[in-house]
Amino acid sequence: MSGPKMKFVFPRVLTERPFHYCPGCHHGIVHRLLAEVLEELELRERAYGVASIGCACFLYYYFDIDICEAPHGRACAAATGAKRARPELAVFTYQGDGDFAAIGLNESLQAAARGERITAIMINNTVYGMTGGQLSPTTLPGQRTTTTPEGRDPRMYGYPLKVAEILAQFPGVAYCARVAVNSPRRVLEARQALRQAFLAQLEDRGFGYVEVLSACPVNWKLDPVSANKKVDELTQTFPLKIFRTWEGL
Amino acid sequence: MSPRVHVSFPERCKGCGLCVHFCPKEVLALSTKRNSQGYRIVGLKAPENCTGCGICYLMCPDVVLEVK
Amino acid sequence: MKTLLVKGSEAIALGALAADCRCYFGYPITPQNEIPELMARELPKRGGVFLQAESELAAVNMLLGAASTGVRAMTSSSSPGISLMAETFSYLAALELPAVIVNVSRGGPGLGGIEASQGDYFQATRGAGHGDYHFLVLSPASIQEAYELTARAFSLAEKYRQPALILTDALLGQMKEPLRLRRLRFPRYPVEDWALTGARGRPGRTLRSLFLGPGELRARNLLLQRKYQAMRREARAEILYAEGAELVVTAFGSLSRIVREAVEMAREKGYPVAFLRPITLFPFPDRPYRKLAEGGQPFLVVELNCGQMVEDVRLAVCGRSRVESLALPPSDLPAPEDIYRRIRRCLAQR
Repeated sequence: MSGPKMKFVFPRVLTERPFHYCPGCHHGIVHRLLAEVLEELELRERAYGVASIGCACFLYYYFDIDICEAPHGRACAAATGAKRARPELAVFTYQGDGDFAAIGLNESLQAAARGERITAIMINNTVYGMTGGQLSPTTLPGQRTTTTPEGRDPRMYGYPLKVAEILAQFPGVAYCARVAVNSPRRVLEARQALRQAFLAQLEDRGFGYVEVLSACPVNWKLDPVSANKKVDELTQTFPLKIFRTWEGL
Repeated sequence: MSPRVHVSFPERCKGCGLCVHFCPKEVLALSTKRNSQGYRIVGLKAPENCTGCGICYLMCPDVVLEVK
Repeated sequence: MKTLLVKGSEAIALGALAADCRCYFGYPITPQNEIPELMARELPKRGGVFLQAESELAAVNMLLGAASTGVRAMTSSSSPGISLMAETFSYLAALELPAVIVNVSRGGPGLGGIEASQGDYFQATRGAGHGDYHFLVLSPASIQEAYELTARAFSLAEKYRQPALILTDALLGQMKEPLRLRRLRFPRYPVEDWALTGARGRPGRTLRSLFLGPGELRARNLLLQRKYQAMRREARAEILYAEGAELVVTAFGSLSRIVREAVEMAREKGYPVAFLRPITLFPFPDRPYRKLAEGGQPFLVVELNCGQMVEDVRLAVCGRSRVESLALPPSDLPAPEDIYRRIRRCLAQR
């Protein structure tokens, strides 16, 4: 793994407020990685985060940067407005799969199609976490949720939406990757992907997208270690890969 | 002194056990001590085995541990 | 000073540019297309941002993002598009963002029509979205006023750090009149202490509306209500011939031009009729109504909808005198004579 000698200390960009996330929730790991990347790229003083509606709606409690709340699903539109208004800002959105790919799918795809110079982070845990584990666009066939008690039936709800694969088709997208954080090596890869997704913006290449497969122990009804393991199963439906990058083009 | 693991922010720990699970040298274990949230805090079972690899830091969802 | 022959929609766009509007986000919908089209031509020349969004919903959220960074920003649409923006209107108010929104109304409900209508009065003045909030609402009755009120809206929005809405309709939006491009010097207010401009040399800032702590949301609501109270001093109305009037005829926006003509006809025939035109719809100018009502004068409220502003007039008059309603469902426009005849009937009832 390239990149600076890893230091394992509390990132300064994070505030001291403990995360509210459930024990074993991967949001916390992604928050730390995001903080490390913001620190490494020296973006704290020009970062503009868009907090979406979902488990991560409290993003502003955890990052000592400027953060704006956007209505459910509209983060990519708000981010577009902010970036166009002040291009010097490093604008990113931090959304769940419901926010990004259900209610906000049009805003997300259109921002990507326009090649907005923003960085979009989608946490894919296959459920609506904050509201108690309902069906989401990335719920697996057969997966039980509080609104698919008998398991997601493709006859009724179709199949999981593969967002990274979709966005990879857009010329406006400069970087598109799906990663996971359920093993040390994958955590390092995820950090590298986040870094590239910001460089896509900072080097004016285009839209940067990172999808993070993420454990949701409480709504998956698993203990943290088992939930962490289960993410491996998700990778069969959602392969981990850099789908698109400007490097080496 | 090469870097070692420290339970720097016990108040942030939720006893999820990921660090314990991933530590290759079984340095860590959930202690019986609880923080103000009522969670069992991670403890150092065999600190002398720590090689400073940082895996526990990488896997912790709450930035409880530091390796320095 | 240059004078142009322009449509109301163009005058609104020119007013925004006169106020140094830096960002415009919009979406095509009749009868307001001249606004985005003019902005598409003019904003880039001035180093500003024009962007056509994928929907009105996206446009108003782009507005939210831009306004959150402290720049002057605007969107415009027409009735159905404004409905699509409603949820985010509530967020704009809750985040205390000085954004400017324009509604060139068309006939409703549903797809309705593309001609004049005042059927969005309640939507504009009661807040189209959820929760206790209001927009500052200004309603022009001429091309010149459309130009000036739009520029003023940016200043008022910044002054109170609240969104402002220009409410007009297809009649004013699509008709042409000479516009004197006067230099407008409405005050600007500092944004540095709240805008999200990047945490350089300061801690990170947050613009949010979620307040779950005990008493927090109550405090937020009281803060907004204090603003709306303070805004009352911005209430504006045009009052003519009040002295010795036996009837006060009141109407707002483009329709008030036809009503004014009917009033003039009545006065030429010796009937002492006053004319009262609210310019701000929120805050509603209740003081002139109350003052005239204390003299016992009855009111005739004329509007191009099924009766909306009449309720605010009744609230202001509070039973002190009679309030009659000439509610004309959109979009057939009355002739002055039609209103004149109703004025005569009201006077006969004294």
